[in-house]
Amino acid sequence: MTTMATPTQSAPDEQVSHYNPKSESAGAKRAKSTLFHIVALGLTAVVLYPGLWMIASSFKPNSEIGGSNTSLWSNNFSFDNFVTAMEGIGGVSTLQFFTNSLILAIGAVVGTILSASVSAYAFARIKFPGRSIFFGMMIATLLLPFHVVIIPQYIVFQQLGLVDTYVPLLIGKFLAADAFFVFLMVQFMRNLPAELDEAARIDGAGHVRIFTSIMLPLMKPALISTSIFSFIWSWNDFLGPLLYLNTPEKYPLPLALRLFVDQTQSSDYGAMIAMSVLALLPVLIFFLVFQRYIVEGVSTQGLKG
Amino acid sequence: MTQSPTLSRRSASSAPAQLRKSKQRGADARAGYTFLLPWLLGFIALTVGPMISSLYLSFTNYNLFEPPKWIGLDNYTSLFQDERFLQSVGVTVSYVVFGTPLKLAAALAVAMLLNSKRRGQGFYRSAFYAPSLIGASVSIAIVWKAMFGDSGPVDQGLSFFGINLGGWVGNPAMTMPMFILLTVWQFGAPMVIFLAGLKQIPNDLYEAASMDGAGPVRKFFNITWPMLSPVIFFNLLMETIHAFQIFASAYIISNGDGGPAGSTLFYTLYLYLRGFSDFRMGYASAMAWLLVIVVGIITLIFFRTSKSWVHYSGDAK
Repeated sequence: MTTMATPTQSAPDEQVSHYNPKSESAGAKRAKSTLFHIVALGLTAVVLYPGLWMIASSFKPNSEIGGSNTSLWSNNFSFDNFVTAMEGIGGVSTLQFFTNSLILAIGAVVGTILSASVSAYAFARIKFPGRSIFFGMMIATLLLPFHVVIIPQYIVFQQLGLVDTYVPLLIGKFLAADAFFVFLMVQFMRNLPAELDEAARIDGAGHVRIFTSIMLPLMKPALISTSIFSFIWSWNDFLGPLLYLNTPEKYPLPLALRLFVDQTQSSDYGAMIAMSVLALLPVLIFFLVFQRYIVEGVSTQGLKG
Repeated sequence: MTQSPTLSRRSASSAPAQLRKSKQRGADARAGYTFLLPWLLGFIALTVGPMISSLYLSFTNYNLFEPPKWIGLDNYTSLFQDERFLQSVGVTVSYVVFGTPLKLAAALAVAMLLNSKRRGQGFYRSAFYAPSLIGASVSIAIVWKAMFGDSGPVDQGLSFFGINLGGWVGNPAMTMPMFILLTVWQFGAPMVIFLAGLKQIPNDLYEAASMDGAGPVRKFFNITWPMLSPVIFFNLLMETIHAFQIFASAYIISNGDGGPAGSTLFYTLYLYLRGFSDFRMGYASAMAWLLVIVVGIITLIFFRTSKSWVHYSGDAK
């Protein structure tokens, strides 16, 4: 471990083979490329199998999912499972669950965009006493296990009579509690040239003007990745709704799925999987549409999936 | 940021300019805190406040209906006599210790495979990344449970090779491998980060090493690993902290009870059960604080030891 940093040193009298990638024969190159694609495609098959199995199963009759079926094909494909899944559970239609999920996700996106961008502007572009201390604390919350706050938060929301409303699930979004997005936007804004605000200041623009008419338009890429990820995180969130929501009419999809699992327990496998597919559909569509933003967001900002 | 060249030249020595400057500083301070307000409010009301009150609650007996009763360190001492608690620690630790390195090794290996100018790279990158986006969802937990259940496709596939394990879901010895596979399956997010790091390594280094007759193994340990070490460190830290907090998959796959035989009783699941189905809020708070302390210590150890193996470009070494 300790010698790892030392650069390769070869004795001067060692035989030096003049390796030159360009001198490889065309045949060897093609063989290498074929091998690469065989390995990569094999891996793709393994990685995508669970997803494909899920989609295939959602179209199969119950009798073919559990028993003896690894194959993705069936002769009895039908939409029956989806019809059952759309009926919903506990007297609430699946469309209602979708609407609930959508309300929560859009609320999360709006709240996060507003609060994170404003707070990030303060961290990135304004000099004020205490800034670096607060910035350090913001970074620390990135590493803090979220579970340490859920019990007191629950107690407070319970005393305020806000359990079984969306307030506990959304208030954090409007108060920039997802530090990751604040951090992302700070990093982005720091890379914008400082001359921009200086010029605007000389022209007499205040911080509000600089923020709304200079920073926000330039921050589009950061705002887009924030929107995508906060939408998906909210869409997939399970613990928050599990803690705070009691009435099925208010459930988002993940909770509805749990209810479905509890109540049908292996009796209607097909419908359960069809509903899982429906719940993932928006995320998959998002992924297909915004692929580039998502993967770039991960690679440049270290965003988690 | 206020000292643009033009501005400071104009205001270099005159007294009114000095006044203007200090006025500007006051205005900046006010503007700074105004803009910071959303985060600051959230930080105080949703993080610092709750942290302090959960620290207090961890020294009490509290069931949400009667006022908290101070019991000193009792929650902490009884944790270590609670067999279910110790089991949840064991489950979580083995998940973190085996799952995270395996996931990162897969991520690094695939990133190195993809780090070349070949056609289809973008497609593979996206395909491998997709599971990271959905892996922690309830839907995937349901699918995983079905796939690893009795006569599910995994059981069927293994039987084909003469391995008869039965369903993994109901077998306490096989649930952990199932969860580890679930996290390894999501290797795409760290892979994409590794890939970005690998692209930063100048190709000259590898060419020079080849000239000196270094093979792929030496190139990996002497070039790739040290050059990539900041990224490895980042991924290791984030993935480890993240792994401690697995919840939705554990809840769904075990039907919310950590079974069979407590083999899926992850720490956060036990914390949830203690707090929100037994209403032992003080006890659960003690568990939460213990988690914070452990994660804090691990983070500290990571940063301390990082000096010996993480190399930032521009370092003297």
